[in-house]
Amino acid sequence: MKPLGSRFSFYVGFVVGTVLLYVILRPVWFEGIQLAGNYGKLSDRQQQLDKDKGIWKKERSALFNLDHPHHTGEDSRMADKLYNKVRILCWVMTGPNNLETKARHVKYTWSRHCNIVVFMSSVEDPDFPTVGLGTKEGRDQLYWKTIKAFHYAYEHHANEADWFLKADDDTYVIVDNLRWMLANHTPDEPIYFGRRFKPYTKQGYMSGGAGYVLSREALRRFVEGFKNKVCTHTTSVEDLAMGQCMEKVGVLAGDSRDTTQRETFHPFVPEQHLTAKFPKSFWYWSYCYYPISEGPNCCSDVSVSFHYVDAGGMYLLEYYAYHLRAFGYRYRYQPPTPKAYRLELSNSLDSAGELKEEISGVKEHGDDDLPRPDQGQDAGPPPVVGKDAAAAPV
Amino acid sequence: MLSERGSFMKGMILGGVFCFVLSLLGSFSPITESKTEDHHHHHVKAASKDELQQLSESRLQELNNQIQISCVIMVQPKNLVYWAAALDTWTKHCDKAEFYTSESSKALEAIDLNEKDDWARLRKALKHAYENAGDIRWFFVAQPSTFAIIENLKYLVLTKNPEQPFYLGKTVKSGELEYVEFNGGIVLSYEALKRLVNVFQDEDKCPERQSALWKLSEDKQLAVCLKFTGVFAENGEDVHGKGLFNSRSVDSLISESMDQNPNNVVKGCCSDMAITFSSMSPNQMQVMMFGVYRLRPYGHDFHDILTFYPPKGSDND
Repeated sequence: MKPLGSRFSFYVGFVVGTVLLYVILRPVWFEGIQLAGNYGKLSDRQQQLDKDKGIWKKERSALFNLDHPHHTGEDSRMADKLYNKVRILCWVMTGPNNLETKARHVKYTWSRHCNIVVFMSSVEDPDFPTVGLGTKEGRDQLYWKTIKAFHYAYEHHANEADWFLKADDDTYVIVDNLRWMLANHTPDEPIYFGRRFKPYTKQGYMSGGAGYVLSREALRRFVEGFKNKVCTHTTSVEDLAMGQCMEKVGVLAGDSRDTTQRETFHPFVPEQHLTAKFPKSFWYWSYCYYPISEGPNCCSDVSVSFHYVDAGGMYLLEYYAYHLRAFGYRYRYQPPTPKAYRLELSNSLDSAGELKEEISGVKEHGDDDLPRPDQGQDAGPPPVVGKDAAAAPV
Repeated sequence: MLSERGSFMKGMILGGVFCFVLSLLGSFSPITESKTEDHHHHHVKAASKDELQQLSESRLQELNNQIQISCVIMVQPKNLVYWAAALDTWTKHCDKAEFYTSESSKALEAIDLNEKDDWARLRKALKHAYENAGDIRWFFVAQPSTFAIIENLKYLVLTKNPEQPFYLGKTVKSGELEYVEFNGGIVLSYEALKRLVNVFQDEDKCPERQSALWKLSEDKQLAVCLKFTGVFAENGEDVHGKGLFNSRSVDSLISESMDQNPNNVVKGCCSDMAITFSSMSPNQMQVMMFGVYRLRPYGHDFHDILTFYPPKGSDND
């Protein structure tokens, strides 16, 4: 009896001991892991602040780009040249409730390619940073915010940029392509570009969501227009009101399509433009100034913007545009070098030289519309009459 | 009575120590990497830019001419939408694309293997691909919901000798077996496929019909058969060690990266030279065609050492 009893007690004690220690240890583990995690998060935030210092210079509620992104192994001479010559101030329409859910993703993706970026909100936030426009929030405030935002940009940054882009916090913009489009124009031209809509105005107006960009002269005239009361707050429909003002002050509505007449500013996400069949009753059909193409012809290779892009979509577009590529792939469409940069570029290329010539594959060539690099391309974007050297595919 | 209590206390202490030791052991991951097998390489990377630049022009020209991929796409009529999407998108970039179906479909053409069993069907397809290889020395096996960037696959295997056995993709370990996940696409060199087709004849090592009890998925079965011939799975990676073959969709990977690397989402997600993504819807595949073969920022050029031209008669790339 006795030995059996003590052995039995031993086993019971063993089990109790195991269970007891497990129960004690588990919460300690958890806390430990959480603590470690929190430390990780804290240092993460500090790291991000430090990293931010390397990317942006924060000054007067604007972020000045110090280090616009490059890849190792890429030749970005042309992009760098355009970055310096075609300076773009991007202002992003946002609000205090959207900072962490939308504006943040803009900040960490495409806005890094702007020369200057300013986040416009109703309320000032010195940390993000955002400018406080002093309006309320809501759809009916859109034009007020726009008016004040452009006035702010003019008053604070008129001499620091050549072009002034307005975008929403759910617009994705490929700023390098915007520079290509603008490179054949000068900031002294009274002109603005975007996705051109036709109703209600003589020369059309630009879709607000797809983003639009004003030359410095256009911005000056906009501000003048309000001073002289030629322009006023006519309606809260921001893009239409903008278009009406532009018309009044003699700013031209430009054609932003590429040299094959494909659109560059897009009011929807790529998936919709590439695959959706919009019903003929949809407003889009009657609004677009130029003929609509569905399918692959909808969108230029050097597209500038897409709208209704959610947080994940921002990173996905950044990945598609700036990261993911097909090794060695010879693109069908070769956007012609902007006029003013042709002589310059060929000179610098000769002096730099290449280590090895590109080996041309003996494989079948694609379409006939692959232009040779030295072929006389028509002047960059966009001709008013649809005549160009590169044959447009059907 | 006293000894019972004593035993109880001893037991409790021992139990506590036991639990503690177990917890410590649990936090250590098993260190046993397979050292016995002759895996010389677990990971396969593309040749670096420096390595490529050291090759002579004639050698490069040779490689450019020889590097061809034969795509083996396993379809079924129930996946018709994906079948059609694959046909209209990435498979156009294969030097040869052959669709093998379980049963014929009125809508699309394919080689009808008339075989319901997944493994048996894969065997037949691979055997057919091998026998009709012609001059092609690299084989890429995929399901239609996988999107592949064939140019990046060519870059990965460019300087690899197809007379050596290569079995590449996204590798996963299941117990002792390391295999390539079907979802992420399977790459086989000519030699690997040759050995595989030979071992198909061995009903002991590589039976065509498995018993229902021990049925392995066809990608695991493939690994088992290849292992018998001395061919082992290797993970395809880029120069940073990031996997090139993905068994998930790009959206899901971005989503995960937003959780895990909120301050560095894109770089923390996927390789710039990725080869495959899986579980992509047909619409997402069209978007990927646009994203890979068309959309780009002006003024950023990569002077790659080889040029691959777009396929004839295609409008979405």
